[in-house]
Parts: sequence; structure tokens; C-alpha cells
Amino acid sequence: MSEVTLTINDKEVKAKQGMTILEAAQGIGIDIPTLCYHKKLTPYGACRLCTVEIVRGQRSRLVTSCVYLVEDGLIVKTESEPVIKIRKMLLEMMWARAPGVQVIRDYGIRYGISRTKFEIEPNFCILCGLCVRYCAEVKKKNAIGFIGRGTEREVMFFPEIASEECPKCGECFPLCPTGVLPSNYALARVPHFTWELNPFATGNKVKET
Amino acid sequence: MPKLNSATDLEKFRQRILTHRDPNKVSVAICSGTGCHAYGSEKVAEAFVDEIERNGLRGKVDIRRTGCHGFCERGTIVVIFPEEICYLRVKPEDVPEIISTTLVEKKLVDRLLYEDGNGQKIVHEGEIPFYKHQNRIVFGNNRLIDPKSLDDYIALGGYSALAKALFRMTPEQVLEEVKEANLRGRGGGGFPAGIKWETTRNAPGEIKYVIVNADEGDPGAYMDRSLLEGNPHSVLEGLLIGAYAIGSHQGFVYVRQEYPLAVENLDIALGQAREYGLLDKNILGSGFDFDVMVHRGAGAFVSGESSALMTAIEGRVGEPRPKYIRSAVSGIWERPSNLNNVETWATVPLIINKGVDWFRGIGTEGSKGTKIFSLVGKVNNTGLVEVPMGMTLREVIFDIGGGIPKGKKFKAVQTGGPSGGCVPESFLDLPIDFDELAKAGSMMGSGGMIVMDEDTCMVDLARYFLNFLAEESCGKCVPGREGIYQMLKILNRICEGKGKEGDIELLEEISEVVRDASLCALGGTAPNPVLSTIRYFRDEYEAHIKEKRCPAGVCKALISYYINPEKCQACLICLRDCPVNAITGGKNLVHAIDQDKCIKCGTCLEVCPTRFDAVVKLSGVAVPEPVAEGTEVVRKRGGKK
Repeated sequence: MSEVTLTINDKEVKAKQGMTILEAAQGIGIDIPTLCYHKKLTPYGACRLCTVEIVRGQRSRLVTSCVYLVEDGLIVKTESEPVIKIRKMLLEMMWARAPGVQVIRDYGIRYGISRTKFEIEPNFCILCGLCVRYCAEVKKKNAIGFIGRGTEREVMFFPEIASEECPKCGECFPLCPTGVLPSNYALARVPHFTWELNPFATGNKVKET
Repeated sequence: MPKLNSATDLEKFRQRILTHRDPNKVSVAICSGTGCHAYGSEKVAEAFVDEIERNGLRGKVDIRRTGCHGFCERGTIVVIFPEEICYLRVKPEDVPEIISTTLVEKKLVDRLLYEDGNGQKIVHEGEIPFYKHQNRIVFGNNRLIDPKSLDDYIALGGYSALAKALFRMTPEQVLEEVKEANLRGRGGGGFPAGIKWETTRNAPGEIKYVIVNADEGDPGAYMDRSLLEGNPHSVLEGLLIGAYAIGSHQGFVYVRQEYPLAVENLDIALGQAREYGLLDKNILGSGFDFDVMVHRGAGAFVSGESSALMTAIEGRVGEPRPKYIRSAVSGIWERPSNLNNVETWATVPLIINKGVDWFRGIGTEGSKGTKIFSLVGKVNNTGLVEVPMGMTLREVIFDIGGGIPKGKKFKAVQTGGPSGGCVPESFLDLPIDFDELAKAGSMMGSGGMIVMDEDTCMVDLARYFLNFLAEESCGKCVPGREGIYQMLKILNRICEGKGKEGDIELLEEISEVVRDASLCALGGTAPNPVLSTIRYFRDEYEAHIKEKRCPAGVCKALISYYINPEKCQACLICLRDCPVNAITGGKNLVHAIDQDKCIKCGTCLEVCPTRFDAVVKLSGVAVPEPVAEGTEVVRKRGGKK
């Protein structure tokens, strides 16, 4: 496979064609924050934390580095001002959903955030989809998936498959960046449990006034 | 019917249809589009069938259930050809009179005619101001054909553009024509269709797809629906020509399940086209193969986004893809896929038939041809209008739309649906085209045009669109899900009178991130309704936040109803009509509203007789203390005892 040369944060980088910017950056030790990337899984582009700025000629553009493929002559800035602005805002939004979660706090420290301006409405799921995609792509079981859309979207164990597969697997648990998955799974196994009882159910639909 | 095996076959067939049709025969066109259908057009049509039978006119009068005529405000619309007499708001009980007066005695039924502001009656459809200022090149045939009849379409020259393309042009020539015509996508973005076609044509891979995007979902917009319902063959012909130019042999129509009539008429059209040899193998004997599959959407606004639509056609959940590769190169099953909107496809046969120069002669420098708008909201003549690009908003809203009802003042017009923006009065003379609207902070979008009068609260409007988007976003990416949600919460807060200093700036700050960081265009354009209303109506936002006042008197938390004790004549009407019994008083006793009980439904204001005019809506001021219970009314002089 042919090689391309690009510049990331003023460093010249050689990368294989077909690689993403994120992979090329990781290759030379540049850490781009991300919460939904996993090297075994198809890029998903949902958390948007890995947004970077690319420059071609006079024009600059904000792209998601976990999806954008390297190009010859591309100039990438992973920590430019507009990028940081976006990351700060996204972290504050996720903070409101998953307060106290270590990985979000760590990124918060990196970008100078120690609180969120948004109301805390925790459900501890940031819908990164790692569990869902791992189950589908690596395990090929589809025991867990998304239901609902918009703010009502949530992750759900599908009982018919989950009752068979999950007790012997559980490989998705350590992938969960907020750690809520194992507890939700445990709750799902409580006899007579209904999802309405789930203290972490999203339930954040805005009421029409 | 044997298959049509050549262009000559098609032409002969057309001649045969025409020789069997007498242009002077009386023909009654009954609009059966969705709007008129809701008015009961089917009952009108049945009444015509029965009455014609009863009057022994069978065989002498044709009845045609057509697609949408556009003047939906005045349905059911009935047009009698060849004179083109247009009757509006026709009810089944009007039918016997129409038959006896117009069809038998050849006289007009005056009361069903259009009446202009000066009391002048207008007989012909084309002379009604609503139609007169339009240029209905794409939409105009709707009133002439029965969408379920291929013969009707062919009689009007249908599929001649396809025959021309297949037999007298190479695919490259067709492509060049469309490129040169500068036909821009009518679905929203305005991307040049020819360039998109070329990308798909040149993309590597033998198998290519062409797709019709009929997932129209903007609130209040229904032009694609009406076109697909009323003239499905025109869309199909455009798609066929595009497929030929691109080198595709498989097409898809992604149509909303919520459009049952469109799905039905489309299915019928596809069946007819296959039967006549206009679809499937060896089309018109040219050796070109092409077939179409209809994919019915499961009701998600986001599925109109191109990558989400293609994911849905693949049979998966319709969610946008994060890829930076154009679907024209890698779309359905990673094959080159060219997606265009219903109206774009329907325009193609016209360009091929009438030529590039004709098409370029309509419109502005950057935007050629016409655009169909769905003109709705606070405007007298609601309906579908097709105007040349470059017509001003004023002409559309006032000349065609007939202005604002009840003498109210025009405030703003919202174009482009939830992704678009609001344009205020100062832009009324803005020529409508892709670029001008974008410069004004709105967009063409698919052609929704919602007119607002002084009684519309712009903050409430932004809130409405954000609420729509929050519910319709897929929820996949953080800015699209949490960003829109947080913006909506702020807007809710402002409308509830709990807005804080700094909320406007926070809205702008979140908007920027949602616009720049979202996965797809739904998120990327979601802040538009908020940003454009802040841009042009910042004072309204400030009134809500600082003075707790809703200038338009819409936001319930910020308004109160009050009965002026000096004007109240104790007529008991509001007291009786109040649904929550919040009004105290009695016979001869001044009425007063118990503010704690009041649910602000506005009934009292509506029912208070105008000669008393005692109930007022207050906003931003304290409600005066009510008079002591049992206070007697001050009788107006001349008022009845």
C-alpha cells in the first residue's frame, strides 16, 4: 500500500494510505481525545471529541479524525483553538450526563474544565456505542443494541439473546467508558425488573410546555 | 397492450390516444390531492359520477380525478375544460347545480367562482391572482392528468424526453445538457445535479444506483408529495433519463410510508411503465435496462439525509454515516449512488425536451428554472406555488399569497424548514434563489415557506423547531443529541419566563459547536432557526429575558388575561365559557379573573363582545388588583339596562 506524507501539529508524518488521521497521530504518539474509538471496531464518529482542524491551501475545516482518511500534503492541527472550544463544550455536555466519571474528569483536567454549566441529569451512558458495536462486530451476537432516537436513545440488552449469551461473555463491560454497563446488566437480571425501575434510564425527554 | 418497442411505437401510441380524444369534449377535473381529499373531494367526485349518470350525460362528459392543483386553501377545486372554468370550495351538494347550470345550460355558478378584493368574479383558473403570477412548468400538468393514467401522461408528450435521450443523444450528451442547464438540487443544498451525476458516472464500479429522495419531512411542506401523487410518471421519466446518463440499471424511490397516496400512485405508475416497456429490460427497444424499487420509509426525518437514507435502503436503521466519502462515489452497499429530490428529477425531462437555453432563460444568474414552494402559515392563499427563481418574497407572499389575513402585519417568513431560518420584513424584496436566501441567513431548503404575522413569537418559533429536531435527531452524536437538547432547554426556560442574563450568548456558543461538530447536516443546520431569530429579533429574546414580556403575547407563562372593570358589562359570557371557572362575578356584577386558576386559554378574550372589548391580554406588566367582589357594573351610556 502506498504511503502519504502529512503534517500533524507541525510534525511530518508518513502514513499508509487508508489510515485515519487518528491512527496516524497515535502512531507518532500524539494523543487525540476520543471516547467512541476502538481499534477492533469500525469507526463510529459519535463522540466528536476527536474533531481536529485540517488545512488545505487557504481553507481550514473541522473534521472527525477517527473517520477522516490521511491525504498527501494534509496539514492537521489537533489542538487548535476552534478544536479546543468544541472539546470543552462536548465534555461539559457529557459531564452533565455522566458526572464524576473518571475519563471525562481526566479530559476535563486536560482542557481546564472542572464543572459543567449544564444541569446535571445523569444516566451515565454517553451512547458511545462501544458495547453495541463490540457485540455486533466482534462477537457477532447482537445481544445489546440501541432503542429510541434523539434524546430518548438508549442502550438495551435484548433479553432473548442476552439471557443466552451475556452470562458467558461480558467482554463489553470493560469497554464502557463510564462503567455503567455492568450495573445496568446486573439490574436487568434482577427478577421482576422492569426498565421503568432503572434509576439510570434516560427519561430526559423535554416536556412540551 | 403490447410493449412499445421503439420511439416510433411511442409516438404512434400517442397519436392513437390523441385521435380518440376530442379536445372540445367537456371534461371535469376534480382535484384529488391530499388537501382536497381532506375537504372531501372523493364525495364531490362521486356526486359528479352520479349526477352525470342521472342527467344522461354519460359519454358526453369526462371525469378526471387529478393530483393537487395547488390552491389548497380553496378546496375542493373543480375545473371544467375546455373552457377552464374554475370552481372553488365545491361541496357535494353543489354538484347538481354545476351540472344543470354549467354543463347543461352553459352558464356560470357565480357563487363558486373566485372573487377578488373588488368583488370581481374570475372565471378561468389561470387568471386567478394565485395562479397568474406563477410559472408552473413542473407542477402545471398536475391539473391535466389523472395520476393513475399513463395514457394521460403520454397524451401530454410524456416520455418523449426519454425517447429523445435514448435514441438521439449519448449518455454524455444528456449529462452535458443537465450540467449546462445548471440544474441545482431542489431538496435543500442546491448542489448542481449535473456535477453529482458526473461524479457517480465516473466513479469506479460497474453497478451504480440512482435514487429519488421522497422523504419530505419539513413541517408544513408537501410539494414533493403532491408531485409524486399527482404526476408520478414525470418523476419516473426524469429518473430514467438520469439513469441512462449515469449508466445505472437500478433505481430506488425512498418515499415516506406516511404518504399512502404517493406510494399507491407510484406503484401504479411503475406497473404501467413495466407493462408498456418503459421500464425493466430493453426499454423502448433501445437495449437500455433499468428498474425501480420502492422503499417505504419508517417515519424518521433524519432519513432524508443522504447517507441515512442510503443506510435505510440497505435495510438498516436510518442513521447518518460518519464517512468523508461522497455517496455519489460510495453510497448504497458502497456503490456509487446518485440521490436527487423528487422535484429535481421531475425537472429533467423538461430540460431534455425544451433545451438548455429555454431552461436557463428562467431564473437568476446562479439559480435557474423554477421552484415549488409550499406557502403556508399566516397568509390568505395557502397552497403550493411554483415561481421562477428570483421572484421576490413580497411577490410570493402578497401577490400570489394574497397577504396576511385579518389585516395583521407581516412579521417574518421562515424558509427551508427546520434547517432554514427566518427572514424579517426588511428582506421582503429579496429575490428568492439559493444564494440570496443563504446570504440572508436562511436557506432554500426543499421549499417550505411559512409566513408569520405579528402574533407569532419568534422565541417560541425557534423553540418549536428545536423541539422538532430534538425529537427527530437520531441521537447518535453528542452535539446532535445533547447540544440540541441543551439549546431546547434554554429556549424552554426563556419561554417560561425563567430566562437568565447570558442565555442568548450561551445559545450562540452552543450553536457554534453544534454546527461545527455534528455528524450530519441535521445537526449542522439545527442552530439555524435559533441563530436567525437571534439575528433579526434579538429584542424579542431580550424582552422575554429581561422584562419577562412576550411581545407577541404567545408564551403562556408571560401573559395574563385581565378584565377591565370599567368596560365589563357583566354579560356573563366569559364567565360561563371559562373552562376552569376562573371568572368570578355575576349578573350586574363586574367579572374578574382569578389569576391562580386561569390556564390562559384565551377563551374570555375571544368571546368578549367587541362592543365591550373588556378583556385584555397583558404581558410584562403587573395585573391590576381586581375590584372588590360584588362591585356593580358601570353601565355604558346607551347600553341596555
